[in-house]
Amino acid sequence: MAEVRLTGLRKSFGDVEVIKGVDIDIQDGEFVVFVGPSGCGKSTLLRMIAGLEDITSGTLEIDGQVVNEVQPKDRGIAMVFQTYAIFPHMTVRENVGFGLTIAGVPKADKDAKVIEAARILQMEHLLDRRPSQLSGGQRQRVAIGRAIVRDPTVFLFDEPLSNLDAALRMDMRMEIGKLHNQLGATMVYVTHDQVEAMTLADKIVVLEDGQVRQIGTPMELYHHPANLFVAGFIGSPSMNFLDVDVGETHNDTATVSNPSLDPIEVKPTDPVTPGVKAKLGIRPQYLTPSSDPTKGKLHGTIELTERLGTETIVEVKLGDGTKVIAALSEDAIFDIGTEVSLTFDPDKAHLFGVPQAGSAAIQTESGG
Amino acid sequence: MARSRLTESNAAGWGFALPAFALVATFIILPFFFAFAFSLTNQRLISPNPTEYVGFQNYRNLLGLGLLRIAPVRDDAGEIVRDANGAPKYPRVRTFTRNNPDYPQYQGMREWFGWRSGDDRVVVLARDVIFMKALVNTLIFVAVVAPVQGGLALVLALLINQKLRGINVFRTIYFMPVVVSIVVVSLLWRFIYDGNDGLLNNIIGALTFGLFEPRDWLGDPGTALGAIIAMSIWQAVGFHMVIWLSGLQTIPPTLYEVARIEGANAWQTFRYVTWPGLRNTAILVLIVITMQAFAIFAQIDVMTNGGPLDSTQTLVFQAVERGYGKQDISGGSVISVILFLIVLSISLLQRWLTRERH
Repeated sequence: MAEVRLTGLRKSFGDVEVIKGVDIDIQDGEFVVFVGPSGCGKSTLLRMIAGLEDITSGTLEIDGQVVNEVQPKDRGIAMVFQTYAIFPHMTVRENVGFGLTIAGVPKADKDAKVIEAARILQMEHLLDRRPSQLSGGQRQRVAIGRAIVRDPTVFLFDEPLSNLDAALRMDMRMEIGKLHNQLGATMVYVTHDQVEAMTLADKIVVLEDGQVRQIGTPMELYHHPANLFVAGFIGSPSMNFLDVDVGETHNDTATVSNPSLDPIEVKPTDPVTPGVKAKLGIRPQYLTPSSDPTKGKLHGTIELTERLGTETIVEVKLGDGTKVIAALSEDAIFDIGTEVSLTFDPDKAHLFGVPQAGSAAIQTESGG
Repeated sequence: MARSRLTESNAAGWGFALPAFALVATFIILPFFFAFAFSLTNQRLISPNPTEYVGFQNYRNLLGLGLLRIAPVRDDAGEIVRDANGAPKYPRVRTFTRNNPDYPQYQGMREWFGWRSGDDRVVVLARDVIFMKALVNTLIFVAVVAPVQGGLALVLALLINQKLRGINVFRTIYFMPVVVSIVVVSLLWRFIYDGNDGLLNNIIGALTFGLFEPRDWLGDPGTALGAIIAMSIWQAVGFHMVIWLSGLQTIPPTLYEVARIEGANAWQTFRYVTWPGLRNTAILVLIVITMQAFAIFAQIDVMTNGGPLDSTQTLVFQAVERGYGKQDISGGSVISVILFLIVLSISLLQRWLTRERH
C-alpha cells in the first residue's frame, strides 16, 4: 500500500510538451481516475508513473521514495493495458504467473499465487485455456490476474474497458470496483469515459491539454465544476451552455440575461464584471417543463425526443436558435414540434467567464 | 471506384489473367511435368535416334549404391601381403566392378569412399560418384546455410529494430548484397578469395603479422565449399533480415512493456516475448532459406565450376551440366525430379516439426 505524489511533473517529446506541470496527491488505498478527452496526456501521465515513459522534470514519489529513475519492476506497480497485452502462446496459468516465472519464484509458490488470483477473479476454470479461447472480458481478467500476483502497492489501469462491448464493460467496471474494495490497494485508472470515472473514483482528476483542470470527488466535480471545461466534460448528457450578458453584479451574485432568457440572479463560478459576455451552464437534469413565470424561463420548440425509460431526453430549440437538452423524468408525452417552456433553479446554474479574444485557454487553474 | 462493364465481366478478368497464366504455364508448369516425363526416357537435347522409354533406369543409374568388403591379398602361405609401410595390399576395386561374373551387381560402379575394418577394406560403391558428391555437398550446404544464415539474419534484425539515429543506413548496407546480382557478387568474391593477392589472404596476413600462409581458397578441395558457403550466407542474409524485421514489427509493443514492468531481462524478453511472436516468420524464413540453398547454382558456376576434384559439385549445377553441357536432357531431368522430392519432403517435415501444438 502506498501513496503516490506527483509534483510539477512535465514531459516533452522533442519540442512538444505534452504534460505541462502536474501536481497530484494520491492517498494510500485511494481509487483515482484520470479522465479527459483524447490527447489530454492522461495515458502518458500513467505511463510516467509506471516508468514506461521517462520524466522530463518534476518528481514522482511512491511511498515517500522519489522513483523518477527507478526501473518499472522496482516501483511496486502493476499495469493493466487497454489491449490486455496477454501472451497468445501461453495458457492463462502461464500468463498470470508470467511475472513470477521471470522472477524465478519456485513452482509451488507460483501455482499457489496464480490459483489465489484466479479465485479472486473467479476464473479458476479458465486456467488451462489459451487467450484465443477467451472472450474479451475474460482476457482482461487474465491481465488483471497478472497484476494481482505481483502484489503491487499501486495498480495502474490504462483504459482497461475500452475494448469491451457495452454490457461487458459495465460488468467489468463493477468487478474492478469490487476488487478495489477487496484488495484495498491504491489504484490509478485512466479513462475517457466519464461514467467510469464517476462510478469508480474516490477522486477524479480532470485533465485537458496536459494540465489538471480540477481534482475532486465525483460529486464535487458534478455539482461544483471549477471551470467551463470540467462543467462540459462531467455529466451525461453534458451541461447546456447559454451565452448571456452580465448585468448588475453584487458581492457574490450576478444578474444575467439574454434575448430568450429573462434576467436572473446567479452565483458566478468565475469572477465577472458588468457588461461582459459569460456562459450560463445548466444541467439537463435541472431543466423542468413549467409555466411558472417567477423562475428563469426558456421558451422553445421540441426538435427531438429520446425516451430512455427512466428519463426522456428532449432537445429544445430556443428563440435565438440555441439548442438545449433537457432530461425529463416525467412520463409526460412531448411531441416533436410542440412549444415548451422550461424552468430551472438559478442556484443550480453555473456562470463561467468567457475567455477574452476567443482562443486563449480558460485561465482558471484549480486544485482540489 | 466506378464499376464498369470491363471490371465486372468475367471474360475480361480471364482475359487479363491469360498472358501471365500462359507464361507461367509455358515456363514453369509445363517444364515441371516435362521433367517428370523426360526422367523416364533417354531423351537427349539433339539426337538422330528416337527417344525411348526406359522406365526407372535413369534413377537406378544415379542412385545405385553397393557395399563391397575386400579381403587383403594373401601369399601362398596365407600371410597378408603388405607394402613397405606395413599396410595390407588389396586387390583393385575395378577387378570387382569390371566384367567380373561373380559380382554382376557391381558392374560399372566406382569407388565413392571406403574404410578399414579389421584386415578387410570396406568400400562404398556408387553407380554415379559425381552425383553422390553433389548430393552430399548440397546437403552440407543446406545444413550449414539454413541455421547460420537464418540465425545471423535474426541477430541483424534485432540490432536494426531499434530507434536509433541513422539506423536506416545500416539497413541499407545489410540489404545491399541482395540487390546486387549474384553473378557480380560471385565474381567479386573470386577476387577476395584469390590465392595470390586476394583480399582475404591479405587481411588475415596483416592480422597475423605475416604468419599466415596464403592459400587458394577456391582451389583447395578442403576450403572451396566452405568459402562458397560463407559468401552465400553473406549475400542473402540481408533479405532474411528484412523478413525477420517485418515479423518483429508485428509484435505488439505493449507485450514488451509488460515484460519491462515484470522485470524481464534481455534474454527473458527474447525468450518469452520476441521468439514466440516470431513463430510464423521463423517457419517462413527456414523454408525459404532451405529451398534457396538447395537451388545453389550461380556461385558454383561462376566461382568453381564444381571443382576442385568435384568438391563443390551441387545438384542444380549437375542438372544443368548434364542437361545442357552434355546434352543429356533425361539425366538433368532425373536430378531435377530428385531435388524436387528432397525439397518437398524437407519442407513437409519442417512444417510438421513447427506445427501449432495444442
